[in-house]
Amino acid sequence: MGHNWDFSSVFASRALLLQGLENTLILGATCLALGLFFGLFVGAARFSGRAWLYFPATVFVEVFRNTPVLVQIMWFFFAFPIIVPFQVDAFTAAAIGLTLNTVAFSSEIYRAGLQSLARGQWEAGRALGMSYWQQMFRVILPQAARRMLPAFMNRAVELFKMTSLASVVAYGELMHQAKVVSTISFNPIEMYTSVALIFFAVLFPMTVFARRFETRGDPRGRS
Amino acid sequence: MGYEWDFAVVFRDFDLLLLGLVNTLKVTGLALLFGVPLGLALSLARLYGNFAARLFVGLVIEFLRTTPPIAQLFWFFFALPILIGVEIDPFRASVLTFSLQSSAFFAEVFRAGIQSVEAGQWEASRAIGMDRNETLRRVILPQGVKRMIPAFLERAIELMKTTTLVSAISYADLLYQANSVAQSTYRTIEVFSVAAGMYFVVIFACSLGVRRLERRMARSGETVMN
Amino acid sequence: MSGGRGADGAGEALRIEDLRKSFGDLEVLGGVSLSVRRGEVVVVIGASGSGKSTMLRCVNFMEIPTSGKIFLGGALVGRERGGGIEYREKELTRLRARVGMVFQHFNLFPHMTVLQNVMEGPKTVLGCDGEECRRRGNLYLDRVGLAWKAESYPSQLSGGQQQRVAIARALAMEPEIMLFDEATSALDPELVGEVLETMKALAEDGMTMIIVTHELGFAYTVADRVLFLSGGRVLEEGTPSEVLTFPREEGTRNFLRGHGTFRLPEPRLD
Ligand SMILES: Nc1ncnc2c1ncn2[C@@H]1O[C@H](COP(=O)(O)OP(=O)(O)OP(=O)(O)O)[C@@H](O)[C@H]1O
Ligand SMILES: [Mg+2]
Repeated sequence: MGHNWDFSSVFASRALLLQGLENTLILGATCLALGLFFGLFVGAARFSGRAWLYFPATVFVEVFRNTPVLVQIMWFFFAFPIIVPFQVDAFTAAAIGLTLNTVAFSSEIYRAGLQSLARGQWEAGRALGMSYWQQMFRVILPQAARRMLPAFMNRAVELFKMTSLASVVAYGELMHQAKVVSTISFNPIEMYTSVALIFFAVLFPMTVFARRFETRGDPRGRS
Repeated sequence: MGYEWDFAVVFRDFDLLLLGLVNTLKVTGLALLFGVPLGLALSLARLYGNFAARLFVGLVIEFLRTTPPIAQLFWFFFALPILIGVEIDPFRASVLTFSLQSSAFFAEVFRAGIQSVEAGQWEASRAIGMDRNETLRRVILPQGVKRMIPAFLERAIELMKTTTLVSAISYADLLYQANSVAQSTYRTIEVFSVAAGMYFVVIFACSLGVRRLERRMARSGETVMN
Repeated sequence: MSGGRGADGAGEALRIEDLRKSFGDLEVLGGVSLSVRRGEVVVVIGASGSGKSTMLRCVNFMEIPTSGKIFLGGALVGRERGGGIEYREKELTRLRARVGMVFQHFNLFPHMTVLQNVMEGPKTVLGCDGEECRRRGNLYLDRVGLAWKAESYPSQLSGGQQQRVAIARALAMEPEIMLFDEATSALDPELVGEVLETMKALAEDGMTMIIVTHELGFAYTVADRVLFLSGGRVLEEGTPSEVLTFPREEGTRNFLRGHGTFRLPEPRLD
C-alpha cells in the first residue's frame, strides 16, 4: 500500500467543492421545505377517513415509498420532459424526484404523529366550535410536532444523503463536483475520501441531535 | 399531450430488463449474505468489545450510516483499486460496498434486538452457570432475533432500493438495463415506467409481507423497532 | 331545595324533540324529548350504556342525530328537507361555539398554559383581540378560583384543578348552555368536591346546564329536574325528590338501589 496520500490537490480545488456543497445544501433545503409542506396535506388526507382523499394519497405514498429514489430521479430527468411542454434541467428533475419522495415519507410521519394523539384533543377543540383546520393547526399539530421532530430530523439526514444521487443526472452538487475534479486531477482516493468526510461532518451532528431528542423526549417534560 | 405511447417495443426487450432485475437481486442477495453475519459481529464488538474496539466499531458504523451510499460506492470502485493496486470490477465493488454498508445497519438492528431482551434473562442464565457466550448464543439471540425480523426485512428492502446506484458504475442492474434499452429504442417514458413498475411490484410485495408479519408479531407483542 | 334562583327566566334555552340516534344497527337513543328553560339545571342519570353521553353529544352535534329536532334558543338547528333534517358542518361549527361542554377526562390542551387554554376559544373561534381575550381568560379563571395558576401548564395541576380549568375554558365562550359529561368520574374522591362546588356556584349564578353524573347527592341539591334514562328512553322525569326519593318506576328503583344511599358533597372552601 505505497500510496502517497496528498490532500493538497483537494484543497486546491476547494472553490469547486464549496460550490458543490452549496448546491447540495440548496437542493436538500428546497426539497425538505417543499416535502414537509406538502407532506402534511398528504398525511392529513391519509389520516382522514374519506375515500376520495385517502385512496389517491395512499397510491401516491405507496408508489414513492416502494420504488428506488434513483429511479424516480431518472424518470423525471429522462421520461418526464417528453410529456411536458417545457425543459426539465438536472436540478428540476432531481428536485421533483426528491421532493415527492420526501412528501411520501414525511406524510407517514405526520400520519403517525396525528394518530398518536388521543381523540379527546380533537373533541375538545370541536366542542369549542373550532373548524377542522383550526383543530389541526391550533391543537393537534403543535403537540404532534414535538413527537414527530426526531423522525423529521432523521428524514432530513436521509434526504441530504439522497441529494448525492443528483450527480447521476449531472447536477453540480458535491458528489458530481468531486467526480469531475477527480478525473481532471487524478486524485480519486483523496477526493472521494474528502467528500465522504464532508458529508459525515455535516450529517453526523444532525443524527446525534435527532437521537438525543428521541431518547430524552420533550425537554420541558410535558406530554 | 400528443404523445403516442408504444409499449410493444419495451416488451420486445423485456428479457434484457428481466436480466437486469436478476442482477439487482443478485447484488442484494450477496450483500445480505455477507452483511448480516458481519453486522452481527459488529454489533457484538460494539456491545461487548474492549474500549478501543467499541470506539472503532462505533465510528465505522456511524460513518457507513451517515455518508451517502454513492460516495461509498465510488470510493470502492474508483479509489480502492488504486490504493491496493488490484483491479475491482463493478460487480465486486457493488457487493463489497453494499455488504459493508448494510452490515452497519444490520449491526444496529442486532444491537436493538439484543438490548431488548430483559436483564432477568442474563441473570437467570448466569444462575444456571452459563458464561457470556453461551448465554448470548442460547438465550439472548434466539429471543432477540425473532423480534428483529421485521426490522431486518425492512432493511433488506431498503438495501434493494439502494442497489440501483450500481448502475452509476455500469453494473447491469435493472436501472442500467432500462437506461440502455431506452437509448436503443428511443422509448424512454415507456421503458423507465415499466422498469419503475417492476421495482414497485417486487418491493411493494415485500413491503406488504413485512407489514403483515409486523402486525402479526405486534399482536403477540414480540417486536422491536430499530 | 332546588337552587332558589331565577329558573323562571325568559323562555326556552333548548328543546329536543323525539331525538333518535343509532350506530349502525345499534339504536342508542330511541326517541328522547326534553325542554330546558333558561337558567334551569337538568341532571341526567342512568346506567352505563343507557345513552347519556350520546344524548349530550347530540345536543352540541358532536354526534349527528339519526332523526329528531333540536332547537337552540328557539331556533331549529339544521334545515328541514324531505322529511329529514339537513345539517351543514359550517352551521354546526358555529353552533358548538354557543354550547359549552366539559368532558370526563378534561381534555385540556397540554401544550398551552392554563390561561392560554381558557383564551383559546375566544381567540380562535370568536376572533376577539388579544386584550379582550386576556381579560376574559382571567375573568373566568377567577370564577373557578384558579387565577393564581394562570401561567402553569395543565400537567402541573391536580385533576380537580384541571377540570375547573376545563370548565373555565368552556365558560369563556359565554355559552348559552353548559353540558357536563361525568365531569367528576375520573377524579380521586378527595378532588370531587371542589369541582362539584364550582358547578354548584355556576348553577346558582343562573347558568343553564345539563349534567350527566353519578353523584346523586349533588343531583339532589342542584337539579331543578332529574331525568332517568334507560335503554335510550326517558323512563322517569321530575323534581329531584320525585325521581330520587320517591321513584315511581321499578327501573329507577333498581338503579337507585344499586347506588346505595347517596353521599352529599362536602362543602369546600377554596
Ligand atoms: N361512536 C360510537 N360507535 C358505536 N357505538 C357507540 C358509539 N358511541 C357510543 N356507542 C354505544 O352506544 C351505547 C350508549 O353509549 P353512551 O356512551 O351514550 O352511554 P352512557 O350512558 O354515557 O354510558 P356510561 O355511563 O358508561 O358513560 C353504548 O352501548 C356504546 O357502546
Ligand atoms: Mg358516558
